[in-house]
Amino acid sequence: MDTSSVPQDPSPTYEGQRKLLYAVDDRGEYTGVQSAGWEVETFATLAAVAELDRLREDAWTRALAGQTSALEFHMFDRRMELDTLAATTGIWKWRIRRHFDVQRFARLPEHLLQRYADAMGISVARLRTVPPREGTP
Amino acid sequence: MNQFSHRQSAHCESGVVSAMMSHHGAPMSEPMAFGLASALTFAYIPFVKMAGMPLIAYRMPPGAIIGAMSKRLGVRIERRKFRDPKAGMAALDEQLARGRIVGLQTCVYWLPYFPEAMRFHFNAHNLIVYGKEGDEYLISDPVFEVSTRCPADALEKARFAKGAMAAKGLMYYPTEMPRELDYKKLIPAAIRRNERGMTKAPLPIVGIRGIRYLANNVLKLGRRNDKSLTLYLAHIVRMQEEIGTGGAGFRFIYGSFLQEAGRLIGSDALLEASKKITAAGDEWRRFALNATKMCRGRMPMDVQALADIINTCADKELDAWRVMKAI
Repeated sequence: MDTSSVPQDPSPTYEGQRKLLYAVDDRGEYTGVQSAGWEVETFATLAAVAELDRLREDAWTRALAGQTSALEFHMFDRRMELDTLAATTGIWKWRIRRHFDVQRFARLPEHLLQRYADAMGISVARLRTVPPREGTP
Repeated sequence: MNQFSHRQSAHCESGVVSAMMSHHGAPMSEPMAFGLASALTFAYIPFVKMAGMPLIAYRMPPGAIIGAMSKRLGVRIERRKFRDPKAGMAALDEQLARGRIVGLQTCVYWLPYFPEAMRFHFNAHNLIVYGKEGDEYLISDPVFEVSTRCPADALEKARFAKGAMAAKGLMYYPTEMPRELDYKKLIPAAIRRNERGMTKAPLPIVGIRGIRYLANNVLKLGRRNDKSLTLYLAHIVRMQEEIGTGGAGFRFIYGSFLQEAGRLIGSDALLEASKKITAAGDEWRRFALNATKMCRGRMPMDVQALADIINTCADKELDAWRVMKAI
């Protein structure tokens, strides 16, 4: 890549930061060049974020409708999925899946809730509740 | 406090090693730290999933560059992990009080200074702490333009996040530097090691063969052509560009290393290899550009064309490694 072709598309995902790329200048010398962003990379990042948001929204809707527990919503809200939550809590996936059941989740002992809450960095009280959605009836 | 000067890098781990070497009187560029660690690779690991996507790596696993600093460069490094977070933070404070700069492994998600869109659960991000003021740590995060600060509770959470590649509070700092570095030996050895990994890996998912394996997988998924294809291609592009690679999945960092190394030991073959690996990097960028255009509907989806570009990357890299084989 030439230094002149280092992309400078200000990226919303960088929040004004610039990152370092390596490129070749017109004398053939490699040098570090700061880039404000690349449209291509921004698209990829936003696609990943949009997918996480979609999962979160979906779980939120189902949680408010009583079809899943608050646990699933908070998992996605903290940008986790089943694999990550299982790895960070040390609780097996099939067990976590059972805790997505509303009734089972309501009966969970304090120490299990605490494990989930710690991994997510939130309080047990917050973990127990599904936040109301603004603007929805 | 420490006399420490922050310098921006493309990649966190090579940035930390380069900064530590330079801080301790052995100035070293980031590409040199990366190259001497033989850190370039390609691996497509379908059975290790990150957020449901296969692991695609363009460099050696986390820890490899720091490991090489002690094993290859002869730096003695103290590395400590902790079971108790409080003990881990106390040990950090103790070393800072002694005037040391300390490297840490952290989870990106819990670092508040990261842009929101970049905060994913990734456990192997390296940074340097060079001081503490009140309840805040002074952080030199190599991938950022300037040094920054981080509250103690957030840093503790980031150091002790659990899960895949958990840091377990890992902190490290050099305790003894080598008297001198013999580049005439170090460079050829590092390149030979890297050449073996890229061209003679015993697994079909690693090295040049791994790149072709990726091309085949793109073709396979292309037959489905649904939303998962878009997410899959975006995932490849992210692994290649977003995750602090210096462009084209570390190919440009390596090109820069080859140029610097070629000058240092007077090898024209390395200068030629630098141009070739740069050409391979340009091809990777072309893949990212085209894949994205197709995902956004600005170009008709053509997975055969994408697979062809990836295979061209493989050809060009092989070409570069053949030149380096002579070294």
